[in-house]
Amino acid sequence: MDNAHAPHVVTPIRTYITIFVMLLIFTGVTYWVALHDFGALNTPIALGVAIFKASLVVIYFMGVRYNTPLTKVVVVSGFFWLLIMFVLTMGDYVSRSWLGVPGR
Amino acid sequence: MADVHASTAAGTGVVAHDVHAHHPRQQHHFYSMDQQLEASTLGMWVFLVTEIMFFGGLFMAYLLYRYWYPEAWAAGSNHLNVLMGGLNTAVLICSSLTMALAVRSAQVGSRMGQVVNLILTILLGATFLVVKYFEYAEKFKHHLVPGVNFDPALPRPEQLFFSLYFIMTGIHALHMVIGIGIMLVMLVWAARGRFGPSYYGPVEVSGLYWHFVDIVWIFLFPLLYLLGAHLGHGGA
Repeated sequence: MDNAHAPHVVTPIRTYITIFVMLLIFTGVTYWVALHDFGALNTPIALGVAIFKASLVVIYFMGVRYNTPLTKVVVVSGFFWLLIMFVLTMGDYVSRSWLGVPGR
Repeated sequence: MADVHASTAAGTGVVAHDVHAHHPRQQHHFYSMDQQLEASTLGMWVFLVTEIMFFGGLFMAYLLYRYWYPEAWAAGSNHLNVLMGGLNTAVLICSSLTMALAVRSAQVGSRMGQVVNLILTILLGATFLVVKYFEYAEKFKHHLVPGVNFDPALPRPEQLFFSLYFIMTGIHALHMVIGIGIMLVMLVWAARGRFGPSYYGPVEVSGLYWHFVDIVWIFLFPLLYLLGAHLGHGGA
């Protein structure tokens, strides 16, 4: 039977609990940051915390750290393509007003 | 012949392996259970990448209109109930924990662990939807729902905010409903003892979907609920 193969790694419960507590703590951090005025920094901080939380879920809960390199490439490329869409689209819209020409 | 196949199977266990002595759940087009699980995981991730792009389009619209109408976004955000949104964030994080523990229970062969954790996951998912119901009901009462009920005095950019709020959270909630349906199937299969240390692919990839829906909410909560909190009267 297949148990002769390399055994699958089973994540300890302690790891899952640690990640769970960290996710709750950083939800609290997000809320605390939102209550204070950091000027232009509010959104970058909120997004940074959200990206960190999402990374914890992807790496630990979804177990990508134990997946094959191929799966990892697919995961990273998915988020990378999203970034391309945001950066190129906003690059266009933000820079349009820089040109003082009609039909921009 | 079996050995040749095994050694080409994505670098998984290279051991003497009689093709006829395979696991009953192993499909015949896979060399090994490991390869089968790897293929399922990869396939689910490819689907999730399409989901990333699907929600990504909505986040793109959100980003652009927020860039154009920052004041309307802060004002619209202040109409949302931060307490309920925060509660739902915690509920979903709890459900992700129980989901991860359900998969782990399958990996270590605990049928009771799978059943208990899947039931908890389903209940937490249902809790999320109940809270969402009360939130939506409040929006209907305040004429903030796009359609005939919309408050005409609401500035156009704020109407845009609520349109995006409802399509993003609505489609997210639809994903939750589908997720609960999937988990009910997993619950029946787990209760029948279908999964164990050598076969847990379905519960594993269903878990990937569940965690993904949690990740979408991790972004929706700060981006929709918390924009104007520091400007006062957050959680109206």
